[in-house]
Amino acid sequence: MGAQEIRVIELSHIERVFHVGDQQVHALRAVDLCIARGEYTSIMGPSGSGKSTLLNIVGLLDRPDSGRYHLDNADVTSLSEEQLARTRRDKIGFVFQSFHLVPRLTAAENVELPMMLAGIDPHARKPRVQQALQAMGLANRAHHKPEQLSGGQRQRVAIARATIMQPTMLLADEPTGNLDRSSGLDVIAVLEALVEQGMAVVVVTHDPFIGERARRQIRMEDGRVVSDQTATAPEKS
Amino acid sequence: MRIADLLSFCVNTVRGNRMRTLLMLFAMAIGVAAVVVLTALGEGARRYVTSEFAALGSHLLIVLPGRSETAGIGPSMFVAQTPRDLTIDDALSLRRIVYVQRVAPLNLGSASVSYLQRSREVPVIGTTAEWLEIRKWVMDQGKFLPAEEASNASAVCVLGGKVRNELFGAQSALGEWVRIGDRRFRVVGVLGGQGRSIGMDVDDIVMIPVASAQALFNSSSLFRIFVETRSRAELGVAKDAIVEALAARHQGERDVTVIAQDAVLATFDKIFNALTYTVAGIASISLAVAGILIMNVMLVAVAQRTAEIGLLKALGAPQKQILYLFLSEATLLSICGAAVGLLLGALGVWGIGRAYPTLPVQAPLWAVIAAVVVAVSAGLLFGVLPARHAARMDAVQALSRR
Repeated sequence: MGAQEIRVIELSHIERVFHVGDQQVHALRAVDLCIARGEYTSIMGPSGSGKSTLLNIVGLLDRPDSGRYHLDNADVTSLSEEQLARTRRDKIGFVFQSFHLVPRLTAAENVELPMMLAGIDPHARKPRVQQALQAMGLANRAHHKPEQLSGGQRQRVAIARATIMQPTMLLADEPTGNLDRSSGLDVIAVLEALVEQGMAVVVVTHDPFIGERARRQIRMEDGRVVSDQTATAPEKS
Repeated sequence: MRIADLLSFCVNTVRGNRMRTLLMLFAMAIGVAAVVVLTALGEGARRYVTSEFAALGSHLLIVLPGRSETAGIGPSMFVAQTPRDLTIDDALSLRRIVYVQRVAPLNLGSASVSYLQRSREVPVIGTTAEWLEIRKWVMDQGKFLPAEEASNASAVCVLGGKVRNELFGAQSALGEWVRIGDRRFRVVGVLGGQGRSIGMDVDDIVMIPVASAQALFNSSSLFRIFVETRSRAELGVAKDAIVEALAARHQGERDVTVIAQDAVLATFDKIFNALTYTVAGIASISLAVAGILIMNVMLVAVAQRTAEIGLLKALGAPQKQILYLFLSEATLLSICGAAVGLLLGALGVWGIGRAYPTLPVQAPLWAVIAAVVVAVSAGLLFGVLPARHAARMDAVQALSRR
């Protein structure tokens, strides 16, 4: 349980308010949350409960209106736009419900994209891409366009892309939402393998079947964390 | 991000949207091609006129008897004017001026030229051998008038092509004797067709030695003296020297007029330059239109690729990088458009050149460079707005769009 000591995410008193017309919507109310390295966390709750907003704030795509956010023990609340982008690039991987693969790029090019944006030497990129695709069991799909891949394959390409920069955490927003059960399970198995490697994985989901696989389960309602349970014995599938 | 990666990403995007790319290329290409073709036409017209004048000889001065009437009010108005004739000796004396390279006296008349039963009334020009070089005419057959003393009235003549055909038909004219007026001349050469020159049809003349012409027309005066200076720069000093030299021979009377082709040429030059600039200006409007089209299409592209922009942001691309991506794309498109436009323009110019071989159409270098520079900067300028729009997009909202 030594890994528990290293806090990757530390949120304190995070508030997020949206203005819809002349109404104020409290998406997050005083959320406190710590997630450690290698922790497998699911966030569940009805739609509008603020789970996606929380994930966006954790992923530095959105800024809280108040509260503090420490990522890897560094305060990221007051970083500039460019610093935030660099932090996202180096420390955070995203997996989306609708995959968000660039349709005109091949699987390998999609995986390569973060390294390209980071300006990594092309010679260093190719072997990493190959390795990542191989790890996802997609070595023979490297030169396929997303439209030639199945949903499960697409999501695995997206995971390869999200992890290619070796981030400390992976944030997945409904990663199985567009998939059938069996390919959904494939994707979850891949995510769980990443947890084994010490990555902090946060999965936002509607699906209790997926959510309950995580060791730590957080329930949100109306912008608040209403329950936060950690299973005592790690589940093995 | 590396430049090579930036480029390959842009190329990929551009290739991924064929229709959009074609539209933008087309717009830009038409703008650039319009500038190239229109300036080529303007420039062609200018060159055509210039070359027509140059055919007269750009180092050429023409001496005519009598004071020019454009001298305005002066003492000459009150003196009874009896312009002294120009003579062969006057012409020969000009050879002594250092600036002068060649001198050709010119005598002009009309006479009937006949061979056997055929006869024609033809303008007859009396001159010397140097005429050929001054006017840069070429011979079709035989030789031009012999290089001999100007006062030698030898009985030889050179026929224009049309005169030769009408008198001799298929028969060879060289060495035959023709009758001009009441004298007999031996044909030594036939002129090549140079078209029209100083208002007369080169094909439709007969040339004889100047002294023979004086005898034929029974006059000792010359119609003109053609003087070629050593260089174009010396036209001015040569002109003064000629007036002085002839005044010295005419008892101090400045009774000749010396005209240069230069003044007329310069005016035409100016007019056609102005025309070319105007046309280029009009054509560049189409470049601006192309720029606006690029802006529109880029804005649509940004809207279509919202999700992708969100993704790039999530993957850690800062605003600046997204700005560069879209700007590079717009620039790439306008560069390609400009290249296609240059090609189209060159094709158009070539086509016009084929259709009107006499018109020396060629786009001036400044216009080509300006067209490309304007095209690329229009692409860049009109690309800024969409690119900034993309860069400032909110990542969360962008990602929520499919």
